[in-house]
Amino acid sequence: MNRVQVRIAAAGAVVLSLVALAAACGGSGGSTADAASGGKINLVAYSTPEASYAKLIPAFNKTSEGKGVTFTQSYGASGDQSRAVAAGQPADVVHFALEPDIQRLVDAKLVSPNWNQNQYNGFVANTMVVFVVRKGNPKHITSWDDLVKPGVQVITPNPFTSGGARWNIMAAYGAELKEGKTPAQAQQYLSDLFHNVPVQDDKASAALQTFTAGKGDVLLAYEQDALLAEQSGADIQIVYPPQTIEIQTPIATTTKASSAGKAFVKWMYTPQAQTILAQTGYRPVVTSQESAFTKAFPDAGNPTLFTINDVDSGGWDDVMTKFFDPTNSIMQKIESSIGVSTSS
Amino acid sequence: MTTVALPRRRASGAALPSVAPGVAITYLSVVVLLPLSALLWETHKGGVDAFWQAVSAPDAVAALKLTLGAALLVALINAVFGTLIAWVLVRDSFIGKGFVNSLIDLPFALPTVVAGLTLLTLYGPNSPIGVDITYTRKAVVLALMFETLPFVIRSVQPVLLELDREMEEAAASLGARGHVIFRRVVLPNLLPAILSGMALAFARAVGEYGSVVLLSGNVPFSTEVASVHIYSQIQSDYVTGATAMSVVLLSISLVVLLSISALHRWSSKHDR
Repeated sequence: MNRVQVRIAAAGAVVLSLVALAAACGGSGGSTADAASGGKINLVAYSTPEASYAKLIPAFNKTSEGKGVTFTQSYGASGDQSRAVAAGQPADVVHFALEPDIQRLVDAKLVSPNWNQNQYNGFVANTMVVFVVRKGNPKHITSWDDLVKPGVQVITPNPFTSGGARWNIMAAYGAELKEGKTPAQAQQYLSDLFHNVPVQDDKASAALQTFTAGKGDVLLAYEQDALLAEQSGADIQIVYPPQTIEIQTPIATTTKASSAGKAFVKWMYTPQAQTILAQTGYRPVVTSQESAFTKAFPDAGNPTLFTINDVDSGGWDDVMTKFFDPTNSIMQKIESSIGVSTSS
Repeated sequence: MTTVALPRRRASGAALPSVAPGVAITYLSVVVLLPLSALLWETHKGGVDAFWQAVSAPDAVAALKLTLGAALLVALINAVFGTLIAWVLVRDSFIGKGFVNSLIDLPFALPTVVAGLTLLTLYGPNSPIGVDITYTRKAVVLALMFETLPFVIRSVQPVLLELDREMEEAAASLGARGHVIFRRVVLPNLLPAILSGMALAFARAVGEYGSVVLLSGNVPFSTEVASVHIYSQIQSDYVTGATAMSVVLLSISLVVLLSISALHRWSSKHDR
């Protein structure tokens, strides 16, 4: 080879490797060809409904509108997933743990502002915040007040990294208001509560892991997560607080959604889909299917429920700034006060 | 240094074609420089005030202090034990030495979150050996020690292998005792390698996330490290805070790495 040829060959090699790199980075996986009739759905969801979708998708494929539809599924922390879609991850259907994660996509013009204009306000499955305790409930935890007693260790994720932790805090705060406390007293309760939190994991699944590994007396968790953990034989039991927050999880199609994606979201509200959700630990939003849940989990409690809008009429929008702004908010102040008293 | 004679096909005598620098720079740009510039650009968008506000917030300062302190401590521990292990691997012979030698690099291969999980099982509340140090600052140091083990060992080992033993023999024949030989003859030769191993370990420790996040408990002001702090800012949609903190971490690591390489140049100049 002469010098010029060497240069060309080397340049070619660089281009090739860059192309390969780009392909490796940009490939969204699952480039399987569309099935003849069905089309394709990119499903992006938070992590807990994974077990439900494992049953929902095959059931959908058996229906006439779902025949031959192929799915690409992606699960992860709700905020991460929402951010990924906003940054360009292909998605037809999104299912998140809380409304602000859909709102982010509305702001990015990836989801229609009318996404929640249905009978169920865009929510597809409900769950609630419950207490998870050691088998036999050795610390006799029955109410929110028991969590702030001295010597009780409460496990909940860090509210600045985890959407689940935000639900937990709003459950605690709302329960105090329901008991007739003033907002100031309820905030004091949150402060007392966080003085009993020795570990703040980055996400709900990690907190569950920490608890099952033996740390803490009470874990604040989604009922659905707790039911599944109990079913899988972990040495835990669920305690239903007298009042707690109803966690409403929203589903939406994106503006780029395939017709199969739209059909799938519609199907999610059918009795069949809602029954599967109930059997995998969710409280169905279609009330006629509520019995499917009680059939599957006869021992599940029935606490008095309130929603995020009962806690704060401004909803999540308002709550996010008031409670969870990282520079100036109620939780930021509480976290600093803990640091001042415990950092060594 | 041994040079292997290869049949030369080109008259110019260079081992690589002249495009090599171009390829190297393109590669570095795509893989390293471009992402780092994008990060700087993102930070600059917020402005100086926002940057300062983000990095001087009390929780940010606490996280930085913990991270830098732990990384420094880990670098020092590595300096001692890394050198010791390298010494044993080079100078002593024992059964299974090859196996131990391969073991050293395993922390690199293990996903950090798995490392965290393993350490959690071993030193957590249900510890089979009765040691529970998780969710404390000790746990941060422990996780970082695990992740940074190979650096000092792997930079000291080759130097130790090439070290001329006649120097030590000469020192011994002149009556120097073992510890004096180590301090006056061996250590000065190893020092540059130890320092560069320490710098790499430090830089790696500053950025560690996966194992620390599981072990530390992530309580702000107490056990929250900088990388977890950054993650929490991203999760709170506070991008300025996240990028500002990242820039601070990168700058500190850059300064450390630069000063080590400056030290290298200085010491090799003075050797000759």
